[in-house]
Parts: sequence; C-alpha cells; structure tokens
Amino acid sequence: MSATHPFGAGPRGNIDPILNEVMHALDRLLTDNESTAIDLSSLPFGPGEIEELEEQLGIGEIKAELDALGKSLIRETIYPGVWWLEHRNTDGETAGRYIEITRVPEILKAQDADIGAGLKQLNRRLEPVGDAAVT
Amino acid sequence: MKDERTLGEVLLAKGVSRRGFMKYCSATASLLALPPAMVPRIASALESARRPSVIWLSFQECTGCTESLTRSSSPTLEGLIFDSISLDYHHTLQAASGDAAEAARHAAMEENRGEYLVLVDGSIPLGNPGYSTIAGISNVDMLKETVADAAAVISVGSCAAFGGIPGANPNPTGAVAVNELVKDMPVVNLPGCPPIPTVITAVLAQFLTFGQLPDLDHYGRPRAFFGQTIHDRCYRRPFYEQGRFAETFDDEGARLGWCLYKLGCRGPITYNACATVKWNQGTSFPIESGHPCLGCSEPGFWDEGGFYQPISTARIGGGTALGTAVAAGAAIGAAAAAMSRRRQAKTIKEG
Repeated sequence: MSATHPFGAGPRGNIDPILNEVMHALDRLLTDNESTAIDLSSLPFGPGEIEELEEQLGIGEIKAELDALGKSLIRETIYPGVWWLEHRNTDGETAGRYIEITRVPEILKAQDADIGAGLKQLNRRLEPVGDAAVT
Repeated sequence: MKDERTLGEVLLAKGVSRRGFMKYCSATASLLALPPAMVPRIASALESARRPSVIWLSFQECTGCTESLTRSSSPTLEGLIFDSISLDYHHTLQAASGDAAEAARHAAMEENRGEYLVLVDGSIPLGNPGYSTIAGISNVDMLKETVADAAAVISVGSCAAFGGIPGANPNPTGAVAVNELVKDMPVVNLPGCPPIPTVITAVLAQFLTFGQLPDLDHYGRPRAFFGQTIHDRCYRRPFYEQGRFAETFDDEGARLGWCLYKLGCRGPITYNACATVKWNQGTSFPIESGHPCLGCSEPGFWDEGGFYQPISTARIGGGTALGTAVAAGAAIGAAAAAMSRRRQAKTIKEG
C-alpha cells in the first residue's frame, strides 16, 4: 500500500534532514578531512522513502561490488565524496545501508591481514623457484 | 567440549577475509545501535573474543521465538553471530535427545561455570509443575538448576519476560516470568510476540564484544531497542499530529496510510524498535502493513482490552475520552514539531 505523505508533494519526512546532514559532513570532509558515516537502519523510513533518498543522491562515476559474506554494493553518488553502501547477506537480503562521506570507503581498501595472506599464498606458489620468493 | 578459539580464529577458519570481517563488524555496530565510528573498536574486541557457551531453555512457549530467530537462513551476518557463540543446548535445534541432551547441558554448565549465558523462552508454570516438564524435570527445577552458575539470563519473548499468553487471565497454569524466579543475577528481558530477531542477536553481540550486558530500562529491556515508543519512530506520526486517522480498515484514511490510533494502535504506549529495525529482513512492520501495533512487548498486553479499541477507550471508556486524547495528542504533536523546528533553526543559525 502506498501512503500519501503529510508533507505533500515536496521532499518527504526524512529526506531533507539527511541531505542536510550529508551537506554538513561533506563540508567537514573538505575543510577538516573528517569522514562521516550515516547508518540508515537507525532511521524510521516510510514506504518508498529509502528509494527516494537513493534517487535524490543519484549515481556517480564509481561503482564497486564486494563479494565477502554476501555481496556489497558500493557506489559514489552524484556528489563526489558521498558514497552509498549496501551490504547484503549470502541470500541477497539487505543487511545494512549506509551513506559514507569520505574520499574512499574503508571497506574498498585492501586490508593488511588480507595483503599478508595474499603474500604468503604467492610465496607458496613461487616456492619451487626458490630465490624468487619474498620472505 | 569447551571451545577456546577466539572469534577471529573461528572466522579465519571459515575463510572470512578481513573485508568480510569489517562488514560483519559494521553489521554488529548497526545491531548495537552504535555509530559506525565504533567499528574499529568492535573489530578489535571481536577479534580476540572467545565464544560464550549458551544454554537455551524452552518452557511454556509456542516456539515462535526460535522461529523468529532462525527465519534468517544461514549463513547470514546474524547467523555468524550464532556461529560466534557455542549453542550447547536447545531442544528444537540440537540433534541429541533424551539423556544425551541432558548430558550436554550438564557438561556445558560444568565446563563454563560462571561464564555461560542462559536464554529462556516461555513462562514457567507454578500451579502444577507437571504442566510442563522436560526429561521428567519440571520447568521450575530445570531453570533453578541451570541458572545456578550462569553469568546472566536472557528472557526471550513476552512469555519468558512477562508471563505472556500462558500468564494471561485466568492464567490456568500459574505461569510466571523468569525474573519472578531468578533474583540473584542479571536478567535481560527481550519481550515481543515474537521478539525482533535482531534484538536477540544484538544482546548476544554486545556480550560477546564488550563482555557486558546492555543498559536496561525499568522492565529490564535494553534501552537501545526499547528506549522509545513505536509511536515516537512511526512514519505515520505526522498524520497523528495533524489529526488524520483511519476510522475503519477500508476507509479513505486507511487507504491513504493515515494514523491507526482509532483502530486500536498501541504504538503510543509500546516500547520497541519495530518502526526502525522492522521485520522480515527490514521489509516492513505491522503499521506499515496497515495493522495497528498490538503492544506485544509490553507486560500484560493480552489482557489490556480489545485489540481494536483505541487505547483511550480501552482504558478510560467512552467516546469523549477518545476525542480528548486524540485532540490532546494532536496539540502535543504540533507543539513538539514547532519546538523541533525552532531548535533546528537555532542550530543552523549558530552553525
């Protein structure tokens, strides 16, 4: 059932406050290099509001897909530095939605533990070659 | 046998990458209603956390609470939290039965003395202990024996927390809540019929992450989830403030998604997180589906009058009282909205 929002045809209940929050966070990123993350699951969205927020933020230049414990979709919005992150579980169900205001979302960066594990794996592969392996 | 592995080791053994672990930690922060900035601290704590032993006792219940929890199919992020505990005893989920099951419970109690968690769903009949027994042991005896060396008890669902439907008038079995019998250790109440699965996993995650139980309200419920009413966070609240109400389930107001107060909605007096956490993997909650909140996470919800009578009518009686309550609600709502706007304007001006 679609509900008519009491605020009329204009922006709906949560949209404007969140866009304002994003605007202030973007300003802090530019001036103080401070990143912000907004957890959308803690907000009371009405039917269709999340989709409207997503539409208002739009789709920017970068899209990435992470495959770890289910898919995660990470994409920059039309506002550079504002990222839409959606974590899904292995059944494709949404496990979390966030707006991150940062230069690059932390989860996109290669992590030291994974880099170390990769290095070990590469070493093992090169072992027969002997001297080429990095210790 | 006691599992000495840390959660970090468990996840590593499952082939979970650091990115996957970070994702898991983000979900945990979200579960605990903590800001995303806490993720690194959660990651650090979880990495070295050891899996707590959990004994789950089911008494006078309908298995709806377990159903609620297991609805999200494994392996999910929430499922991983269950991987990160050692569920040593659960009638419905464990493979063992009879003596082997009871032996598992005793072994878990012995090996984890003073450290294990006891989760209980269902109320305990005191009228006649024979009304509900497991392996020939009455519920009350099993509860007392099991909690004796526990770290804490978590009452899952309204039956365990408040007596629930078994305890509803005339309460034929003499059903009581867990905290009426367990007085000398922390008891966390997670009411709801059933409770939101996320709330159950969040409390376990908090214990796992920080080694402590959450802050509780006067009914023993975690404030993070039961700190505000459904009404406080309801997306239909602006209609309440404007005095726009559905009068029947099929009138124009109902179709337009107006406030369900006059159809008996208990949202204004019910503390729970349904309006934000929602149900079925965040799809919706009863009000969003067009049905009033029944108030199932409040004590005695079953005996609080007809579900489809407005709360003012049910409690006070008479149409005049309803009219007054609705008018007062609208006035308070309008005043609160005006104050909020003034506060916002002030913040922007100062900013």
